[in-house]
Amino acid sequence: MTSSSLALAPSSARTLARHPLVERYAPVLTTVLALVAIWYIAAVAMNWTLVKDSFEREESPYTVSDILAGTMDAERPLLPAPHQIAENFFDSVFGYPPLAPRSLVYHSLVTLSATLLGFALGAVFGIVLALMIVHSRVLERSLLPWIICSQMVPILALAPIFIVVLGAIGLQGLLPKAIISAYLCFFPVAIGMVKGFTSPDPLQIELMRTWSATPRQMLWKLRWPAAVPFLFTSLKVAITISLIGAIVAELPTGAEAGIGARLLAGSYYGQTVQLWSALVASAVLSWGLISILSLIERGVNRGMGAR
Amino acid sequence: MDPRKFRLGLLFAVAAITLAFVAPLAHGAPALLLRPGLWQAATGAGVLCALAAWFADWRGIAPGLAGAIIAAAVSLLLLRDPGITGSAAAGFWAIVVAAWLAAAMSVTNLASLRPIRKQRKRMINIAVPLLFGATIFYLWEVAVRGFGVPPVLLPSPSAAASRFLGSLPTLAADFNQTFIRGVLIGYAIGCGSGLLVAILAHRFEFIGRGLLPLGNFFSALPLVGIAPIMVMWFGFDWPSKAAVVALVTFFPMLVNAIAGLSAAGHIERDLMRSYAASHRQSLAKLYLPAALPFIFNALKINATLALIGAIVAEFFGTPTQGIGFRISTEAGRMALDMVWAEIALAALAGMAFYGFVTLAERATTFWHPSYRT
Repeated sequence: MTSSSLALAPSSARTLARHPLVERYAPVLTTVLALVAIWYIAAVAMNWTLVKDSFEREESPYTVSDILAGTMDAERPLLPAPHQIAENFFDSVFGYPPLAPRSLVYHSLVTLSATLLGFALGAVFGIVLALMIVHSRVLERSLLPWIICSQMVPILALAPIFIVVLGAIGLQGLLPKAIISAYLCFFPVAIGMVKGFTSPDPLQIELMRTWSATPRQMLWKLRWPAAVPFLFTSLKVAITISLIGAIVAELPTGAEAGIGARLLAGSYYGQTVQLWSALVASAVLSWGLISILSLIERGVNRGMGAR
Repeated sequence: MDPRKFRLGLLFAVAAITLAFVAPLAHGAPALLLRPGLWQAATGAGVLCALAAWFADWRGIAPGLAGAIIAAAVSLLLLRDPGITGSAAAGFWAIVVAAWLAAAMSVTNLASLRPIRKQRKRMINIAVPLLFGATIFYLWEVAVRGFGVPPVLLPSPSAAASRFLGSLPTLAADFNQTFIRGVLIGYAIGCGSGLLVAILAHRFEFIGRGLLPLGNFFSALPLVGIAPIMVMWFGFDWPSKAAVVALVTFFPMLVNAIAGLSAAGHIERDLMRSYAASHRQSLAKLYLPAALPFIFNALKINATLALIGAIVAEFFGTPTQGIGFRISTEAGRMALDMVWAEIALAALAGMAFYGFVTLAERATTFWHPSYRT
């Protein structure tokens, strides 16, 4: 018998409460349940007058339980109940063929393609910029302050201009959105990678010097491996920003497809349930992208010999 | 920096200025020699560059910069001639290249100086990025006006600046609407409630362990997407913007403050306990001060996020003022100089906000190792 099976053997309630899985997930589960409960109560409270007014307008008799039922499945509620959102989400994900314009999968794919293209462009540009800054003292002194300054500028405000300017040149569709995403997400990568490339301590750098390593060898054998943890941290930040950039880029153009377009249409036509399910889709996308990056990170760490 | 490179670059600048005397400034425009005042200035710039090339060390920086500034001034004065604007030719661009080369060489040289005195080091650290930025703005200005780029595509910085100065009342109203009302109020609500919930989560461990993963999850979500819903709930005016800002700033503050509150060391905690300090006392005297660096980190992150949140929320509907409103309508009317003026406003507001938070951080966390140099 191994020690782990021994530890699991007693099954009284007290030890169950101490079980690592329970200890880890019970608080989260409780919080989530509490949030859902609050949500339901808020949905009833916020939709109450709405439903009541509609009953009174039709001059049909109603009871409190009628209103309660009405708040749970109003057509254009102020705050839709969670099950309505879930229903609409599953309906628009699985209810249509994936490429139909009413399917949420289609809109997510449109946004996802802009996100990924922008993320790739931005990440590569950020890494190249970091490399330049690390290797040139002049650039470090002259460019880095501007990059940090531009972090404080609400860059997202530039999105409509980019769309207009690129549209005037004749660029439309995927690329302008991707450029906005790239523009938004190269900053965290550049800053993170400058930190990463300069993270090896002076002793290690001097050791490389005593071996008369060329700058290129120094980069591949010392700076790059040292920067990998920073790379993944900044990539995770960057991909969320990239997604936000893609969504916001879809707003001012009046794009026909994409999560941003879905949000805009939902807000124009008062389709709250559709709006919420588009939000859920963006949450799922962002969570999925981050988990994929975490998986890659784990694989790379294992490949580099980390435990 | 390698003095040979410096000398070579400046000699190229001298050659470019010489070329400007020979090549036409623009098709059909009178040559440089026929313009009194300007050709003397250009000659002066050339002589200064040659002087800098002669020194080729730190003494070359001042004449190099002076030459760059004079050459830049000459090119900007030349642009006043409508015959050159939009149809500039080789001679004109030669002056621009000379100005750029002289500036680039001097700034590079300046950046590679390693002064021993701290004050000088600081001055160089400020001067280099400023000169770099000035060069970029100069090139932008000259390129837009020299090539005659239509203002619909990209206005020159001077056009945006004059628009900025010319429409100060509009900008002030937009600033008031977006920044004072939307951003500041939402920021205060979001950061304050984030801190309060973090204190609760710190007090009751169960809540903390439930909230932390959720907070991490939510702070990675594209929360600005909530903007249309907030507009629906709170109307078109500033409350909806403040709500978006409050929501966007809440989670970074929560996550950072929870991390900060648990940053106090074991020894200090034991000390507080041996003093029989109540929870409130140890919170005020130990946990919160220890959490300050983390809280300020969140405040800094939120300063940027708040402005973005408010501007994006305005894309979904506003009364007829506000930075985001103005940007989207003026972009639709192709009045890009106004758009850039608004962006400059947003940038200035963002930087001032960030700078203010940084100053407050310096004043309150002076004890932290990162400031005790």
